[in-house]
Amino acid sequence: MSKDNQILEELTSKEYEHGWSVNYEADEAPVGLTEETIRWISAKKEEPQWLLDWRLKAFKTWEGMAEPKWANVHYPKIDLQALKYYSAPKQTNKPKSLDEVDPELLDIYKRLGINLNEQKKLQGIAVDAVLDSVSVATTFKGTLSKLGIVFCSFSEAVKEHPELVKKYLGSVVPMTDNYYAALNSAVFSDGSFCFIPKGVRCPMELSTYFRINAANTGQFERTLIVAEDESYVSYLEGCTAPQRDENQLHAAVVEIYAGAHAEVKYSTVQNWFPGDKEGKGGIYNFVTKRGICAGDFSKISWTQVETGSAVTWKYPSCILKGDNSIGEFYSVAVTNNYQQADTGTKMIHIGKNTKSRIVSKGISAGKSQNSYRGQVQVMKRATNARNFSQCDSLLMGDRCGAHTFPYIDINNPTAKVEHEATTSKIGEDQLFYCNQRGIATEDAVALIVNGYAKEVLNQLPMEFAVEAQKLLALTLEGSVG
Amino acid sequence: MSTLIKQDILVELLANAGTGFEQVRVAGKEAFQAQGFPTNKSEEYKFTAITKKIEQRIQNFQLAGAFEVTAEQVKSNVFEGFEGDVLVFTNGHFQQALSSTVEGVEISPLSEKASTALGSIAKPEKDPFCALNQSSFDGGVFISVPKKAQIQKPILFLNFFKANAGQVIQPRVWIEAGDFAEVTFINHSVNLSDTSYFVNKVVEVKGGVNTQIRYYKLQNEGENAIEVSNIETDIQKDGRFTSVNISLSGEMVRNNLSINILGSNSEGNMYGLYLLDGKSHVDNHTNVDHTVPHSESNELYKGILAGSSRGVFNGKIFVRQDAQKTNAFQQNNNILLSEDAVVNTKPQLEIWADDVKCSHGCTTGQLDEEALFYLQARGIGKEQARGLLLYAVAGEVIEHITDESFRDYCIAQVQERLGSNF
Repeated sequence: MSKDNQILEELTSKEYEHGWSVNYEADEAPVGLTEETIRWISAKKEEPQWLLDWRLKAFKTWEGMAEPKWANVHYPKIDLQALKYYSAPKQTNKPKSLDEVDPELLDIYKRLGINLNEQKKLQGIAVDAVLDSVSVATTFKGTLSKLGIVFCSFSEAVKEHPELVKKYLGSVVPMTDNYYAALNSAVFSDGSFCFIPKGVRCPMELSTYFRINAANTGQFERTLIVAEDESYVSYLEGCTAPQRDENQLHAAVVEIYAGAHAEVKYSTVQNWFPGDKEGKGGIYNFVTKRGICAGDFSKISWTQVETGSAVTWKYPSCILKGDNSIGEFYSVAVTNNYQQADTGTKMIHIGKNTKSRIVSKGISAGKSQNSYRGQVQVMKRATNARNFSQCDSLLMGDRCGAHTFPYIDINNPTAKVEHEATTSKIGEDQLFYCNQRGIATEDAVALIVNGYAKEVLNQLPMEFAVEAQKLLALTLEGSVG
Repeated sequence: MSTLIKQDILVELLANAGTGFEQVRVAGKEAFQAQGFPTNKSEEYKFTAITKKIEQRIQNFQLAGAFEVTAEQVKSNVFEGFEGDVLVFTNGHFQQALSSTVEGVEISPLSEKASTALGSIAKPEKDPFCALNQSSFDGGVFISVPKKAQIQKPILFLNFFKANAGQVIQPRVWIEAGDFAEVTFINHSVNLSDTSYFVNKVVEVKGGVNTQIRYYKLQNEGENAIEVSNIETDIQKDGRFTSVNISLSGEMVRNNLSINILGSNSEGNMYGLYLLDGKSHVDNHTNVDHTVPHSESNELYKGILAGSSRGVFNGKIFVRQDAQKTNAFQQNNNILLSEDAVVNTKPQLEIWADDVKCSHGCTTGQLDEEALFYLQARGIGKEQARGLLLYAVAGEVIEHITDESFRDYCIAQVQERLGSNF
């Protein structure tokens, strides 16, 4: 037992390594949220009238909504009027290539280990980096545009591809969807836009890196991915934030549209600052992510590794509208110290022969609370729908909690739906077995945790899997028995 | 829901509710007023719009009161071959004259036991209907099984329901068992009413050290029964509580079953079957709260749904921080037989202790085609094969009933149903 305590101690004393911040000159919106703020943001971004109208409509909707209380998380009320809704690194001229980007900004990304340098083609990832509210740089644009792929910042897309943005914006996550989605629709500052034309297989992984740097700002980015018929794209998302004593709000919206026979793979490694070990500070991560399999035989796959954030509230979902479409959700959520995570998915089966698979692995340590909340809904006309859900929880230490809230609503008799969940700690017998074979307790725990999460980690693209494994190891370093 | 109804029903119910238990009733009233009738936004009643149903079907919000039944009626409703004792209730009022006395067990109307700690186990703050009952229950019975009493024969609660003066029936039952006692209860209700009625029942069971209590319940009151039932029990050290709940019909039925495990080395078992067709709607909410180390709970609920029936299942398992070495298992399987049948299920685990083994499984589907083929290949007709397979599903729950005559009665009822409607 003392060994456990010692390891726990080590684990809980691990500091957040992305906790630094950089002082750069920033262009910031005045504190508070009013219609004026929205007009200010919209003007700043030189947006067309329709988008401003859309934002204002969202703001009106939001004003009539109440903050959701149903999630199994507890946090002090967020004063939305004390936040700044826009913060951008000051730039006099728009950079044409990376050479013109402020070296200080590039340095930030270098410290994060994000490579914005086009020379390193070996890695083969196109990156769109978002700092606070705006997109800083997008790499590999030229290569992609030859194939007709649009991958750029959201504001750029609004200017250059207004017809696409207009068509798909809010089509998957309507502004009325929920409190934070409405808020995001009103004040979103930037994000990534990605369009894969018909029949194109995106040759490289697309990646967005989000970072909150400024204090007292909320980050509200919006990602829109459109995969036309028979296209394929794999998309990665990573996030970090500096270590600050106050809590910061991150309320993003991700929308994915998949046409017939299209496949979209969306992977996230979320490592926002989780707060220190006393539970002070950290990011409130209230995110709405949803994809629609609009065409027949389409597929959307969500993979997430959640290690950061003080409070997470996130349910990447799939609407399986097209016949024979497939939705997948793979998740590893690790919580430590005072972190709280309420995460899961929704699979809405509308089309015939639709399939979905949910694999959720929760690991709770310290005094954290980890909840899985998911819904599998089979609509009346969704004949032969198939779902398999598995949500396992691993508890480390006796002060943490693991909770499961699966909702299963079946309206069609041909549906086959299975759900199973287990909660346990690492078995003494498993550890003993490893010890017996000469594996030290610590290594054995690492081995077991790794094996436990493997099913999900295997889904990540190579480049990300390495980072995710490192993150897991870091969060649970020394690991626990 | 409109606050108007909330006011009206309470005033009307309180006007002719039984007397005694003034403080208990006030606490119930306050708890009800604080909660109000559940709306479709209440998480606990999300899929069961019981308030709307009551509003539609119940016009006369008055307590139905006791009525006369004959010894013949009692006799004809007892299961064939039943050897236990029978307690007769009409609209929740204990009919001592028609009931048998049970040797070694104290049974009396609740009104004679004014010091009973009603509401101490089924707490009114937890459920609005529990609070409503506590504010205005009518009649009721007090049962005390003394220390070390081994009551071998089961005790049958035979309830007759008839809406006459009013359409609301609010029975209340208090059961306490001394240390090392063992007892079995069977709850069976008979519908004598032509109109819809609303039964809102609360049963509190107080277990002692090493008590063995079994509580079986059969619901088959037909199309005009709207029922909410709250059964809650406290289990002490080495104690065991087993519930078997079989629902075969009802316009809208909601069963809340809660087991609070307060002593170590104890066990809570919950078995349920809902076999529905037509427009029946049955909602089972179960709740097991493990508060101490070394306890176990087992749960198995099975549903077979035909017609445009709806089955709702919500199983909660709480494992508190102190409840190390808990084993909790939960399983819910549903078979949908028709286009319009609906299942909403939510197996919920909330765990704060790390050294536990908890799991839940939940499936929804159809009969196994291969099993059907296997039987057909051996010369069993398709209909018969289906009946056989469905019976096998139901049988897994029914087999937990220990009393033979009641088990046979349940089997007969289930077989009749499977033979005629499926």
